[in-house]
Amino acid sequence: MLNVGKIEEGFVLDHIKAGQSLDIYHKLNLDKLDCTVAIIKNAKSNKMGKKDLLKVECDVEMLDLDVLGFIDHSITVNVIKGGEIIEKKSLKLPKQITNVIKCKNPRCITSIEQELPHIFVLTDEKSETYRCKYCEEKAVKRWDI
Amino acid sequence: MRHLMSPLDFSTGELDRLFDLANDIEKNMDKYAHVCDGKKLATCFYEPSTRTRLSFEAAMLNLGGNVLGFSEASSSSAAKGESVSDTIRVISCYADICAMRHPKEGAPMVAATHSLIPVINAGDGGHQHPTQTLTDLLTIRSLNGSLSDFTIGLCGDLKFGRTVHSLIRALLRYENIKFVFISPEELRIPDYIITELKEKNAEFEEVTKLEDVIGTLDILYMTRVQRERFFNEEDYIRLKDFYILNKAKLALAKETMMVLHPLPRVNEISVEVDNDKRAAYFKQAQYGVYVRMALIMTLLGLADGVLENNDR
Repeated sequence: MLNVGKIEEGFVLDHIKAGQSLDIYHKLNLDKLDCTVAIIKNAKSNKMGKKDLLKVECDVEMLDLDVLGFIDHSITVNVIKGGEIIEKKSLKLPKQITNVIKCKNPRCITSIEQELPHIFVLTDEKSETYRCKYCEEKAVKRWDI
Repeated sequence: MRHLMSPLDFSTGELDRLFDLANDIEKNMDKYAHVCDGKKLATCFYEPSTRTRLSFEAAMLNLGGNVLGFSEASSSSAAKGESVSDTIRVISCYADICAMRHPKEGAPMVAATHSLIPVINAGDGGHQHPTQTLTDLLTIRSLNGSLSDFTIGLCGDLKFGRTVHSLIRALLRYENIKFVFISPEELRIPDYIITELKEKNAEFEEVTKLEDVIGTLDILYMTRVQRERFFNEEDYIRLKDFYILNKAKLALAKETMMVLHPLPRVNEISVEVDNDKRAAYFKQAQYGVYVRMALIMTLLGLADGVLENNDR
């Protein structure tokens, strides 16, 4: 892991697929937080060849694990307290996600009623398929956010 | 409180009870003439569908209830921009149960989420039309004797036909049904349905000519082949006759076969077939009323114990 200064409290997201850290930064709403964030792109990795990392100094409760699990459940979440890793959290595919992705079916009720939450439900764990709660349209690939 | 959004919302056991009730209604209409006295059905139709709306209204009137509603979006507050969730909250104050048709997929689901009364999906775009599927299942069960052990041919537009996809999925929950898909190459059954059939180890075959297989069928479910679905006029003219049921083709079928159609038909079943005893599509429309009566009773909680009392 590259050393970009130690953080006292926060989390380090490791093993992010190379090139995806900025998307995750936005999806976790880190751009809206007034805290230290280090985005490391294309770091060398024995396991992955290349990987991205995110170091965030903030209250660990602020991390939405469901969003992260939906985006990529192979990411490692290191929880830091007092400058040390105190926990490694594993990610699961969330059963349901709300307002993370939008339904792209032009015939879906969400296309005309703007205030409706965009809810996707995990319908097949094996194939990691999510479908719109309303029209059952399959979510397009999870990176197409 | 229960709603009906998809035909698969009910287990096969629950469907059996629903169909038993529908069959009892068929035999003893008088007995049910007042079970919904004082109850109101709201038919909220954001797009016109005379047949479905009238069958819901007939069902409620047969049960002694009343009906209110609108038959197109322009005559409702949707034209002023009211959301489905607001509309259903208001309708919940006026009626005891609601049947909703909407051009947008999932609109009845939104309504059900905010409703204080049971909501029935009466068709949402190309997504679901569960009461049509329940009608088809009741017709097959009533005329065939059971929902297992038969060969069903589905003929016509199998690519875009919502009714057909929904019926196949509903039938996949029953035993020993063989599916024969009869369609032009352009309108074949979609791959995701084929995948489901394979996963469930269902026996099926795909053919392009009705004559080749009609003799093997116990049930023939006809749908319309629309001109606009074809890439060119030449193909349409070449193929359309393969998918028109007439007396000559029916002569090749079993004497016991039944012909179903969700209606409205245009020309895919020749009128000369109407008087054949195998033509069951108008009977099917009648079953549509019985199954909606049973459904309204069930969702209003008025069906419990009705059949047991019968047996005493």
